[in-house]
Formats: sequence, C-alpha cells, structure tokens
Amino acid sequence: MLRNKSVVSINDIGDDELSEIFKTAGDMEKVLRSGRSLELMKGKIMATFFYEPSTRTRLSFESAMQRLGGSVISVSEAKSSSVAKGETLADTVRMAEGYSDIIVIRHPMEGAARLASRFTSKPIVNAGDGSGQHPTQTVLDLYTIRKELGEISGKTITVVGDLRYGRTVHSLVMALSRFNAKVNLVAPPILKMPDHVVSMLPADFHLNMTENLSDVLPETDVLYVTRIQKERFSDPNEYQSVIGSYKINLETVEAMKEKSIIMHPLPRVDEISPDVDSSPKAAYFRQANNGVPVRMAIISLILG
Amino acid sequence: MDEQTLKISKIKDGTVIDHIPPGKALRVLSILRIDDHVENSISIGIRVTSRRLGTKDVIKIENRDLEKFEVDKISLIAPDATISIVSNYEIIEKFPVELPQRILGIVKCSNANCITNMKEPVQGEFSLLSKKPLLIRCNFCERTMNEREITASLI
Repeated sequence: MLRNKSVVSINDIGDDELSEIFKTAGDMEKVLRSGRSLELMKGKIMATFFYEPSTRTRLSFESAMQRLGGSVISVSEAKSSSVAKGETLADTVRMAEGYSDIIVIRHPMEGAARLASRFTSKPIVNAGDGSGQHPTQTVLDLYTIRKELGEISGKTITVVGDLRYGRTVHSLVMALSRFNAKVNLVAPPILKMPDHVVSMLPADFHLNMTENLSDVLPETDVLYVTRIQKERFSDPNEYQSVIGSYKINLETVEAMKEKSIIMHPLPRVDEISPDVDSSPKAAYFRQANNGVPVRMAIISLILG
Repeated sequence: MDEQTLKISKIKDGTVIDHIPPGKALRVLSILRIDDHVENSISIGIRVTSRRLGTKDVIKIENRDLEKFEVDKISLIAPDATISIVSNYEIIEKFPVELPQRILGIVKCSNANCITNMKEPVQGEFSLLSKKPLLIRCNFCERTMNEREITASLI
C-alpha cells in the first residue's frame, strides 16, 4: 500500500492507506506503552532536512525512527548546509539518496517536497512546505479526533485562527472533506482561508465560514485552534482585537458540548489560556503525543 | 465563412487562427512573439461579426507554422480557437486548439513562494482541473490558477 511511496500531500494517502496507518499507529501505541523495543527498521537510515525551525515535528520524526530501531542523520540549519553554497534542492536530494533509505524534508517554499520526490527514487516525507501541506500532522490530527471521539464522520469541526497561512489547516480541511464531517471556518477577513484551498474542496462539503466563534461553539465537537502570528498584521491594534476575540478561555470551554475537545498543532502563544489545560476537553498535549506512534506507523508502512 | 471575415484578404500559405475571443488577438500575437520586427504579412480582425460567437477576433499569418507549445499557449487564452493551415489558398488542415491535460513549460506558477520559481532544474508544470471556467493546478505547490492569473503568467 504505502510501501516505497512518497507522502507529500494528504491526497497522496488513499482512504485504505489512512485506515492502515490508524491501525498500525494503534499497535505502535501499545508497543510504546509496554516499553518493548522494536527492531523493525534495524539497519535503515532516515535523513532529515529541516530548512526551517521545528521542534515538535523534527523530534517526533527522529524519535519515531529510533523507536523503530532505525537511525537518523540530519541537517538542521540551512545556513550551515549546502544550500548556503548555492546548491539546488534537487542536487541535495540526489546526494542524500545515497546516504539514506527515507528522506524527511521541511522547507519554507511550497512544492519543495514534491520537487524533491522528482529527483530521487527514495521515499520523501513532507514535514511542511511553506504555507502548503503538512500531511503527517494531518494524519495525527485525524487519528486524534478518531481516538478521542470514536469517529470523524458526522462530527462538527470548528477551525479557528490563521486559516490563510496555516499549513496544518489547509491539509486538515482537505482531509476532512473526505469524511462526512461538517467544518466551520472561523477567522477575521484578513486571515480567511484562501480561495485556492476552498476551490479544491468538493462542492457538497458542509463548509461554513464565519467570523463569529460563539455562534458555532454549541454545535462544535472539535475546536481546532491555530496560532495567529503578529507579523501577519500591519496594524498592531488589529492584531490585539483579533487575538482578543478568538482567545480560548474557561468561558469558551463552558460554552462547548460536554463531550467535545480542543486541539492545537502547537506551539501556542496566547490563543489558549493556560487554565484551560486542566480541562478534560484540552486534547492538545495528547494530540502532540500521538505524533510519535503515527509517524512510526507511516515510516514502517513506507519502508516495511 | 461570414461576410465580415471576408473583409480580411485570403492568404496564400500560412496559418489562420480563428474564433479567438473578442479583444484577445493582440494577446495571441504576443504569444507568437509577433512584434514590430515582424517580417511576415499578417491580417488581424478584431471584433468581427461571427455567427457562432457573436463577435470574435481572427489572425491570418503568411508563411508561418505554429509549434505545439504555441498552440498550447493559445488554447489557454482562446480555448475555442480553431487553427487552419493554408497552402496555395486552400485549407489543407483545420483543427480546434485543445487544452492539454498536463501544461508544461508555458506557464509560470503565480505563487511567488512556489519552489518552481527558484533556481531549480524544473519547468512550471500544471494539471488542467476545469476548462470552463479555466482552472489549472501547479503540480508542485498545488496552488490553483484561474484564467486571469494564467494570462498574467504565460511564459
């Protein structure tokens, strides 16, 4: 199924493959809980190229490979690597092909991982390309919803925050359109989801765009919060007003259904008040913890 | 052929590009790199009456064949255009332009942050999503482009 395939976009993962990843990730979670060590990827090497800063994604990919018994080689900063010497990404990838069995790339430009996959026969995993795709984050988001609420189909997912530049939400909304889910997109006009993403969604998808979070809170099963970056605003007052209107606090939690959850791809800054963390609805740290078993599943299915 | 088109004289040998949307003829000339250094004899009809389209543009170029990439580019701005190849005043071949499913090397991605706009060894590559309205998607950054963006990004 996923064997030897590159995972660049969420659309590269078919429905059957997604179910297979969910099942394998569940198995991996059991292994992690039991403390057993695995040797599935013994002798295999993963190369990671992070041309953009990342903590969570990078650590969870590297942890996943090592938990599977494989090893990791990495280039952490573009400025210390061949890119600084003017090498193309195409050449970098052709070089890395000889050093590794699977290549993980994060890059500030959209389409970088797809380009990389054209220049090597080794599988490429996209760990985020500019404001483009972040498919493994999407898989772990879907896995989290499924694990927390039992299923994705029939649920109402409200996505709030930076829907314009946030790559995790582009992938996520595209993926949710494959399930029978309803999606509310809540953002100020300046950060609303771009037309080029909306135009990719099926016409019969239950999509509702609004600026008002409180209107949709009572029907929400999953509140997916994303970080609003200050640098996106030319007017600091506008930033303050947007941040103020979308801040998630205990009052927001109260307005939500009893069996609902709050997710966030992290890192968060001011979007969720820390006193929400102790609510059973706060699922964002559990979500982050799912990153390792989900990536273990993806790596082992690609290289299996 | 209707009366209005007949006002444009016939050509002996060359190419006729007909059924161009009204006003787009100049854009087609620019695609064909026809400028003030042109050596061929060319007739251009802008907003001539057409039974099929109401009004249309038409271009007749003496002694000029079109390359495939030129026909592909024309298809992006004039998807209903027809091309006639004329030899000794006779039309020896006539065909409609066809939007290719894979559009390679003729459009630059309009997303400035797309990797294909960097110094990488790839050409712009797009998939045709819809003919009407025209919509294509970059095979690298997955960004879609509409007719207006495509016209502004023809190479």
